[in-house]
Amino acid sequence: MSPKLTIAVASGKGGTGKTTVSASLSCAAADAGYKVAYLDCDVEEPNGHLFLKPEIDCRHLVGIPVPVVDQKKCVACGACGQICQYSAIVCINKNILTFDKMCHGCGGCALVCPAGAITEKSRSIGSIEGGSAGRISFYHGNLFVGEAFSPPLIRAVRSTGCNGLNIVDAPPGTSCPVISAIKGADYVLLVTEPTPFGINDLDIAAGMVKELGIPHAVVVNRHDPDNTLARDFCRDRGIKILAEIPDDRRIAEAYSRGALPYSAVPGYRELFKELLISAVKEAKW
Amino acid sequence: MKVAVTSMGQNMESKVDPRFGRANWFILFNTETAEYEVVSNEQNLNAGQGAGIQSAEIISRNGVEALITGNCGPKAFKALGAAGIQVYCGAEGTVAEALESFKSGKLEKASGANVEAHWA
Repeated sequence: MSPKLTIAVASGKGGTGKTTVSASLSCAAADAGYKVAYLDCDVEEPNGHLFLKPEIDCRHLVGIPVPVVDQKKCVACGACGQICQYSAIVCINKNILTFDKMCHGCGGCALVCPAGAITEKSRSIGSIEGGSAGRISFYHGNLFVGEAFSPPLIRAVRSTGCNGLNIVDAPPGTSCPVISAIKGADYVLLVTEPTPFGINDLDIAAGMVKELGIPHAVVVNRHDPDNTLARDFCRDRGIKILAEIPDDRRIAEAYSRGALPYSAVPGYRELFKELLISAVKEAKW
Repeated sequence: MKVAVTSMGQNMESKVDPRFGRANWFILFNTETAEYEVVSNEQNLNAGQGAGIQSAEIISRNGVEALITGNCGPKAFKALGAAGIQVYCGAEGTVAEALESFKSGKLEKASGANVEAHWA
């Protein structure tokens, strides 16, 4: 058995309960005696700290390399602008212009420059904070306001964690930030709500994890026994449902106080403990 | 002098395209000969980002000295400045009418971007 297992909690639609599920799972894992880390990769609006209330003990900046052009060495050949897919560097009228905020930090311009005129400097796009919430190791990323590219920061958050069970709280959607958060995970839990909107986005998210080749299952949140939308979808697609969290007003009330159903609502400790056991088993850890 | 006008179509009677970076076409009008050529901007219509910068690069490569358009954002303005291209915003009507306004001095030379950046 590998000492490390990474379970990512994702969803297509936002607000389906990723943080509720991932933070509750982290608590269940800590209580079950696992070495566990919670990684909040929703760097545009991290909120896991509101529920886990960690003590932060370290912080560092995360940057991406952006080009610096030495105009004295530049031969104005334009190769840098031709390789750049994002118009972050362009040669116009023998002038080299750089647009740092559009740079994805690939380093291509420096590689193709025949004159060695391009070096790189780091431009900070956000920060990572780490600490502990009881026996849970806690990490989250904070993208600076106004920044457009979160994947480098998300990858930096993913590079933290522990040599045990890592629970990743992914951003919503199905684009680059989500891919960065779940890539390389051993297992993905897709949280959905049984609404047409929720199922529509679950469909897209399920296609994404399938494409990435990551084993996955669904957790239905705000489940109503009379509503079979999620069950029907999962049966048709052959995707397992590992837990159904009831549409329970007490969960919403606890949430509004910054408390998790795991610890604040009677009966839910068992539900998340069982979800943890099934997820670990399904992930073949 | 070669003047670029952003256009929705490919002739002088086409409407001015108010967008610079994502303009459909550039009509490059030669004020000495009164002849014009048409340059497609299709590659930038669907660009994820940097359309204004690339559009500036295209018209610069075509030897344009002045641009007539509806709006110009900050990155495009910076790129046009590096290219030494003068910018005239607020053009309306057909390409021919916009050129007429330009010639009669009704369009004011822009000293900066007149709209916000769309991205980053």
